[in-house]
Amino acid sequence: MGEMEQLRKEADSLKDQITAARKAVQDTTLQEAAAGVTVVGRVQMKTRKTLRGHLAKIYAMHWGTDSTLCVSASQDGKLIVWDSITTNKVNAIPLKSSWVMTCAYAPSGNLVACGGLDNMCSIYNLKGKDGNVKVMRELAAHTGYLSCCRFLSDSEIITSSGDCTCVLWDIETGTQKTVFAGHQGDCMSLAVSPDFKFFISGACDFTAKLWDIREGQCRQTFGGHESDINAIGFFPNGNAVITGSDDATCKLYDLRADQELITYQDSSIMCGVTSLAPSLSGRLLLAGYDDFNVNIWDALKAERVGVLAGHDNRVSCIGVSSDGMACCTGSWDSFLKIWN
Amino acid sequence: MTINTLAKGGWNREQMACFRKMERVIVAMQDPDMGMKMRNQRLLITVIPHAMTGRDIIDWLMQKYNICEEEALHVGGMLVKYGYIYPLKEPRSLVLRPDESPYRFQTPYFWTSTRWPASELDYAIYLAKKNIRKQGELMEYEKERYSVLHKRINHTWDFVVMQAREQLRASKQRRKADRIVLECQEQAYWLINRPPPGSPNVLDMGLDKPNNFSSRVTLNSDYYKTEIENCKRALGRNRVKSSICLEGFVKYSEQYLNHDPIMQGCLPSNPWISDDTAHWTMNADMVPIPTRLRVERWSFSFVELLNDPMGRREFMTYLEKEFSAENLCFWQACEDVRHGENSRIVEKVEEIYKNFLAPGAARWVNIDSKTMDKTLEGIRHPHRFVMDDAQMHIYFLMKKDSYPRYLKSDLYKNMLAKAIVPQETKKSVFPFMRRQRHASPSPAQAARHGIEEDGQAKGGSQAAANSGGGSHT
Repeated sequence: MGEMEQLRKEADSLKDQITAARKAVQDTTLQEAAAGVTVVGRVQMKTRKTLRGHLAKIYAMHWGTDSTLCVSASQDGKLIVWDSITTNKVNAIPLKSSWVMTCAYAPSGNLVACGGLDNMCSIYNLKGKDGNVKVMRELAAHTGYLSCCRFLSDSEIITSSGDCTCVLWDIETGTQKTVFAGHQGDCMSLAVSPDFKFFISGACDFTAKLWDIREGQCRQTFGGHESDINAIGFFPNGNAVITGSDDATCKLYDLRADQELITYQDSSIMCGVTSLAPSLSGRLLLAGYDDFNVNIWDALKAERVGVLAGHDNRVSCIGVSSDGMACCTGSWDSFLKIWN
Repeated sequence: MTINTLAKGGWNREQMACFRKMERVIVAMQDPDMGMKMRNQRLLITVIPHAMTGRDIIDWLMQKYNICEEEALHVGGMLVKYGYIYPLKEPRSLVLRPDESPYRFQTPYFWTSTRWPASELDYAIYLAKKNIRKQGELMEYEKERYSVLHKRINHTWDFVVMQAREQLRASKQRRKADRIVLECQEQAYWLINRPPPGSPNVLDMGLDKPNNFSSRVTLNSDYYKTEIENCKRALGRNRVKSSICLEGFVKYSEQYLNHDPIMQGCLPSNPWISDDTAHWTMNADMVPIPTRLRVERWSFSFVELLNDPMGRREFMTYLEKEFSAENLCFWQACEDVRHGENSRIVEKVEEIYKNFLAPGAARWVNIDSKTMDKTLEGIRHPHRFVMDDAQMHIYFLMKKDSYPRYLKSDLYKNMLAKAIVPQETKKSVFPFMRRQRHASPSPAQAARHGIEEDGQAKGGSQAAANSGGGSHT
């Protein structure tokens, strides 16, 4: 037997042992655990605001850490910062490349970032001295498209790319600090833990990985999906990872039990999940789908409790504001809607 | 059903999962026992067999998946949009109508997934057939496309015309009903695979993400060696019982239930509904008196307290009374190193050493000798995470000792007692506004009502003035 064959067998055997160890701590079902929880009942949310202004598909949106500002990126080559309560456009930033796939708002509110098929992450300073919004940095080193980016602070940002890696950048110097490699497919999405020590990435190899930012290593890998993972997020207490996939399901993986504990699926849902966001208490999970709808799940009972139907095309992005007040959806129909 | 593997990888991946699911539904719908009851439908003077009404489809979906009518309309509408079911009346409108409109199942030969991707040649033959069969039957956009194709694949045009004539001849030999059915099926297929300009393209996959095969991980010995390392480490980790984990989520959700505005509404009113920003004003970073919910959150976890600037300030005041404020100052300084600019790390670390760690420092923090040694060693080559261990030590010190005592202190209890519980304000502009979910029904006090009326009027008019580019429903 060749050396590689032996190594492969050893790896497989270890993986089987891990599966057995995971099964060993499964001592209850979701039904039993959530039996005493009060039922949520039908959740009905209305569109409170419609943000009009983009001229083409919206690919991404991200809330700022204050209550009303959010940024959106569209294929019309614009990054727009909205004051969503008044629906005013605070900034409309023209982009060099219109093939943008992601955008992010820094926690401080000073910076926004975006990127896409140009393989770069461009950082814009919103609070420049002369009032103009200019490119502050262009982070270029990825060999594939930029699928997602998230700020850790004004000094550091993490990006995920179609080249199967995620990278931690130092914004000041524009250099790569750490490369997180290990996924076997395009990295599609990432999310940072509430304590900023870890981040999770979902990829086209159907797995999600938890990375230690400081050590640069993959701490845990979660599988189970049958298709690309498009969306990923943390449960608000930071102890679980929620993923959304093209296989039309969302899954919750617990970090301490090291396995999938809950699957959110329904045989009448056939289209893939594009985006997801938990409500502030984590009780509700809002997920956007290719079939133009957002489904609201009772996260603890894995039942659908509501639908947001208002877009005329695919819902590409969704976010819940940091104070949990409202949910914003962005769609290929070029509109953003605020719901609650 | 074959999947054309020559198609672009991106398209295949995303669409196929969706198609397979829809096809499963379609097959279930045609099950001889549990499937739909089909009958003959009259189309003008011809009788079309194996047809069903829109109403039938919706009823079957409602029954099979236990969903409401709106949902069934949505799911059924998808099946029509993707071409698995096509309408007999108004064939160009791929919409599911919940009435007696007749529909038919598309033959698997014409499923989008079967003949993927739709080829130019086939489209040319289809348009040629239409053109030959009846002059003027092609629509404007079809005429344009026809002439474009004529130019582009001119070299095979003889073949195109020959095929078209052959297919027309074969169809003339069929019964009229079959001929109509085949024409409908083919038309439905092309409406989806070559949609008319202006109508939505359901096969739109967005940006063409290039397949980066070169950057795929190569499965060689090194890869497997790393995998084995990762697996060995993973095997050794502690795994918590699923019951404990699930209970943790349940507890967290219950604890934060009242703080989740989407679940419970919020006081005084949800700014998105009432256009009154009072809620945010009351919960700004620094206010003279905080709201009760906010002060309650400080007791949920140490992290909640530290994340709130006002909570931190209160905690600092408490620590000053206990003469241990240097701990919080140290923790804050370490956070600054962790999250601040790279270029200032060296200078910040020096400051920390001078103020907190050096022997005889003004605000010396009490760290165990092992951590202190490790930190001092690390300071010689400062980096972003050099203070991590020391910071963690002090964090846990505060969390286990000072924090619980703070929660029991008069300082905290007084803050909780005088914290505001805002009165609910109802939006007075529209009398038929829906009521706040779960909001307390206590009516606004007369005096407060007066103040809030002003606040609302201001908020309302401001919103109206600024809403040039948007709308609120």
